[in-house]
Amino acid sequence: MNKETRLTWVIKPLVHAAALGPLAWLIWLGVSGQFGPNPAEFINRYTGDWAIRFLLIALAVTPVRGVTGLAVILRFRRMLGLYAFFYALLHVTNYVALDQYFAWGAIWQDIVKRTYITVGMLALVILTALAVTSPKAMVKKMGGRNWRRLHKLVYIAAIAAPIHFFMMRKGFQIEPLIYGGIAGLLLAYRAVQWARTRTKGRASAKAQTA
Amino acid sequence: MIIRHRPTHPIASSEITPKSVFDNRRTILKAMGFGGLALTLPPALTMGMSGAAQASWRPAEGKALAGIPHAKYNAKVLGEDPTAFDLVSKYNNFYEFGTGKSDPAENAGDFKTTPWTVKVEGAVEKPGTYDINDLIKADDIEDRVYRFRCVEAWSMVVPWLGVPLAKVIKRLNPTSKAKYVYFETLFDPDQMPGQRRPVLEWPYKEGLRMDEAMNPLSLLAVGVHGQVLPNQNGAPLRLIVPWKYGFKSIKSIVLMRFTDKQPPTSWSEANGREYGFYSNVNPTVSHPRWSQEAEKKIGQNNVFGLPIKQPTLMFNGYEEEVADLYAGMDLRKFY
Repeated sequence: MNKETRLTWVIKPLVHAAALGPLAWLIWLGVSGQFGPNPAEFINRYTGDWAIRFLLIALAVTPVRGVTGLAVILRFRRMLGLYAFFYALLHVTNYVALDQYFAWGAIWQDIVKRTYITVGMLALVILTALAVTSPKAMVKKMGGRNWRRLHKLVYIAAIAAPIHFFMMRKGFQIEPLIYGGIAGLLLAYRAVQWARTRTKGRASAKAQTA
Repeated sequence: MIIRHRPTHPIASSEITPKSVFDNRRTILKAMGFGGLALTLPPALTMGMSGAAQASWRPAEGKALAGIPHAKYNAKVLGEDPTAFDLVSKYNNFYEFGTGKSDPAENAGDFKTTPWTVKVEGAVEKPGTYDINDLIKADDIEDRVYRFRCVEAWSMVVPWLGVPLAKVIKRLNPTSKAKYVYFETLFDPDQMPGQRRPVLEWPYKEGLRMDEAMNPLSLLAVGVHGQVLPNQNGAPLRLIVPWKYGFKSIKSIVLMRFTDKQPPTSWSEANGREYGFYSNVNPTVSHPRWSQEAEKKIGQNNVFGLPIKQPTLMFNGYEEEVADLYAGMDLRKFY
């Protein structure tokens, strides 16, 4: 089996299976009646947790490649990002259907009035835009430059999601701060890289003019 | 490591009233012709106990605890069936044992509630450290079925067993300076793992205005569903103020202080914009993060197996009993 076949037929399916694991577990919990007396609350927390986790995993791909030099993992970045969107979509669907019972008026009031929901919705809108433009054909259609520019919005989603989580919790709780900290590290890595290439670019430009 | 303390005042088994006699004490007294008298006698006498050895009205967890049936606050009057014990005891907010709803039931199993004392201090004529059995008299324990509305927009109907707070307070003789009563939960991170995290400033603090505390609805609960309070429900002694959001009903109380100033409360300290001192159930005043217009009835499911939603009532349906307390107050300001 050559490298490419192994990637397509072994590793990719394994990553898919792992990414669908949380959903499978959720379904099992539901089928075996373990959601507790407030299913919407349970599913809401569960899917929200996994949406943030996949968002952070997808954002970790580039820094991990940078540190380890493992270029092959870049092949999974889009897929992981789409799973973040998938769990975020489940999260919001649960809110609309099981929590609000499709009371659109109340939902709209929530989005407009409740800051933590506004912030969460912002992250969802961004993830939706990125998911829609994720196929390779879209990259071609938009042009690489525009596409990359649009997909930089994921950084805003990475900040918005932990803030949404932190605001939703009552009292001072550590879990959202951990996610926020990880998001901060992943973004800081990029900031450092960006600053480095900039100074490098300037230095080389200077060298050329000299 | 679990450290087990022996009770400081062991009761010889010979002193303990046999359960059959205790359970039937009213019948027995009635048969002896003391029917009416029994209620007016101090419990120590009716139970044949000396003042020094404290009789415990507290059976082991899970064992029956009898109360005086109180017709005024029963399920029939409320028109709603009580929420099943299994839900009342497994879906809890008790951050001292963790922030998840099932954490308290999972982590409170070894919580030690015997012996239990409550310190009484401040503007009161009888300050001191009271054993729970001296503070709560067996014959005062009533059945009370109340609506319970959590600030998180879910609700239950709970059959409590408890003593009207007013009765306890009257015995302690607060002075004229007492305008508020302040409560604290036990602080013991060894036993309460949630207190090892800075979720709130521990210990948990709550308070009531004196007239709120003296309202006949205010209850010091010691049992639920005919048995002693499970640890996760705030054993051995908790407050129940049914017209206020659930977090006002402080659990596992160890301190009562009578003050002339409005005391601090944990949630308004943590986030004063979201949680005020009064925290009366009020469908017209939203929590900044969600509407309070409706509530999910835990345990009452629709055809999809989801809790039904119903409109929240002003003062949680106790308007008639408590609206006077807030006459002339702007409830948007004093939320």
